[in-house]
Amino acid sequence: MDKMPKWADILLIPLISVVLALFASGLVVYFIIGENPFRAMAIMVNGAFGSAYGWGYTLFYTTNFIFTGLGVAVAFHARLFNIGGEGQAYVAGIGAAIACLLIPWPHWSLALLAVTILTSVFGAAWAAIPAYLQAKRGSHIVITTIMFNFIAASLMIYVLNNIFTIPGSAETASVRFPETTHLPNAGEFASFLGFRSSTPLNVSFFIALVAAVGVWLLIWRTRLGYEIRAFGHSETAAVYAGINPIKITMIAMLISGALCGMMAINAVQGESEQLRLDFVAGAGFVGIAVALMGRSHPVGVCFAALLFGMLYQGGAELAFEMPAVSREMILVIQALVILFTGALDNMVRMPMERLFLSFRREG
Amino acid sequence: MTMMKSLLGAAAVIAMSATGALADGPAVIFDLGGKFDRSFNESAFNGAERWAEETGGTYREIELQNDAQREQAMRRLAEAGSNPIVMAGFSQASALEVVAPDYPDTTFVIIDGVVDAPNVQSIIFSEHEGSYLVGMMAAMASETGTVSFVGGMDIPLISRFACGYAQGAVAANPDATVIANMTGTTPAAWNDPVRGGELTRGQIGQGSDVVFAAAGGTGLGVLQTAADEGILSIGVDANQNYLHPGMVLTSMVKRVDVAVYDSFTAGADGIEPGIFVYGLAEEGVGFALDEFNAELVTEDMVAAVEAAQAEIIAGTLSVHNFTDDGTCPVEMQ
Repeated sequence: MDKMPKWADILLIPLISVVLALFASGLVVYFIIGENPFRAMAIMVNGAFGSAYGWGYTLFYTTNFIFTGLGVAVAFHARLFNIGGEGQAYVAGIGAAIACLLIPWPHWSLALLAVTILTSVFGAAWAAIPAYLQAKRGSHIVITTIMFNFIAASLMIYVLNNIFTIPGSAETASVRFPETTHLPNAGEFASFLGFRSSTPLNVSFFIALVAAVGVWLLIWRTRLGYEIRAFGHSETAAVYAGINPIKITMIAMLISGALCGMMAINAVQGESEQLRLDFVAGAGFVGIAVALMGRSHPVGVCFAALLFGMLYQGGAELAFEMPAVSREMILVIQALVILFTGALDNMVRMPMERLFLSFRREG
Repeated sequence: MTMMKSLLGAAAVIAMSATGALADGPAVIFDLGGKFDRSFNESAFNGAERWAEETGGTYREIELQNDAQREQAMRRLAEAGSNPIVMAGFSQASALEVVAPDYPDTTFVIIDGVVDAPNVQSIIFSEHEGSYLVGMMAAMASETGTVSFVGGMDIPLISRFACGYAQGAVAANPDATVIANMTGTTPAAWNDPVRGGELTRGQIGQGSDVVFAAAGGTGLGVLQTAADEGILSIGVDANQNYLHPGMVLTSMVKRVDVAVYDSFTAGADGIEPGIFVYGLAEEGVGFALDEFNAELVTEDMVAAVEAAQAEIIAGTLSVHNFTDDGTCPVEMQ
């Protein structure tokens, strides 16, 4: 029996946590920087949602975070802490570059299909080694995945210096992908909403939403999803029920890595249209916060991703509009939200649970 | 979300009116090093500050947080009406190629990179000419006849420094030996002072007694080691003579600040598109003389270097540019 209704679990608690986090951020803005916190908040919200330009960037970041958030969430269901979303997405970018640069695609939809397959394969492959080490050798997944982030970073530097280079330039990036691989952006399919052709929001946003539905079906409507959840709740009970722990660890991590990897569709093929150094830009780590905040439920993940998309885009606007707020200060505000929604979750949860229980008794 | 929105909605309306009034001033985008990197970006920042002080004008600035933000930063400034927009660093080139055509009425200036668009001015420095002059000074100051070079990341831009330096050294002393080492092939090579120091020790072992560092943060390790081991060093980009007084022979200064200042002063209408080269004649590059190296630089050196400088400006002496054909006429070890 749940202590609280589902809507309270997925939406109300994160919302209270966010309000607390924003309040703490407001104190930081007021006492440390000496700026008006209400104005700072207004700039953030307005920068993120006040125009089609803002929405374009907010939803672009949201797309990234939905992918990585779903990836981390699937691993959470098997009680595996995948900190390697950053590296998995990074390596998947190489897959996207291979698909776009090596084959002359006649149409973007075919390129998108190939990129989707290659990014998920690359992401899954990067998660496979830590998964194998966890399943067979018991090497802790947190340690191995975070190490693989560093290996991915080094690998990318090698790849961008030796394989995908721009001839005659010192820039660490690949050449631009050919025109036929460019994904339609919101300026093309939603210009009636005011999106311009320069907006980074592209069709991979819908792939993210489809992936969210897919994860929901997988976790709550399939036998494999049941096995993953059973394994996550109690490994010994799962083994007793005839569930193979090695198989579930491997499969959960492969799906997790594939979802994190698919983030590269949006960032590499969709937005930059070239492979760039550091294109993940922390999305893998934000995915952890998104999954925690969304209680590993696809609906919660999508809303949490929207919130972090707003923090990213609004944060950039804030640094721009208020020069006193440095780029490091934006990180502090984002970190406060992560702290309140992730680490301090129980601070809000336990009083709320008691509150709901008392309601129930009266009712 | 709705609760938060309604809470903040009222404040948003107030802020919109407050932030609505934007001046169409110039803007500068700093590269990832940040505006206080004591080198390239800080130089750009100083140029912008000098403009602001002299004219009383205001400018906008963006410090990039990560590589992925470049395009957004350019668009944001262009949308806000900033004009001209100056960006420091060759890494901005490919993003600018995409952004520039979308804002035909905005003038962009890129420093150290080349973008071919009708509203972009590309500023290139003749690092080979400045390096040639400090190469001459190095060979004249050297007692062993061996001088050396430590580069950062192995890219053509840094080879341009090395090649100019070697040509200058050989011009001053035809028997001079030039040793050149690159710190690495990845961006990490820009910030590895320990490895820079090791390379310097290796070069000292081979007889070098003047070392020129063109290696960003790695160069600080080169200068430190040279001072510790009692040999002379040459700084780069900013005037670094003060870092080790009496031990830094000179610095090959690259006036990024002048480039930013000139662009801001010229304004959007005064900037001509195309490639603009800041060489010796434009005082875009040069060598630094101040109280910290006054005792090290002899009158002979100054006379020889100034004569060469005059010849280069007059066009009677040409320094080979490595990036023209990817080769160097002088052999380096």
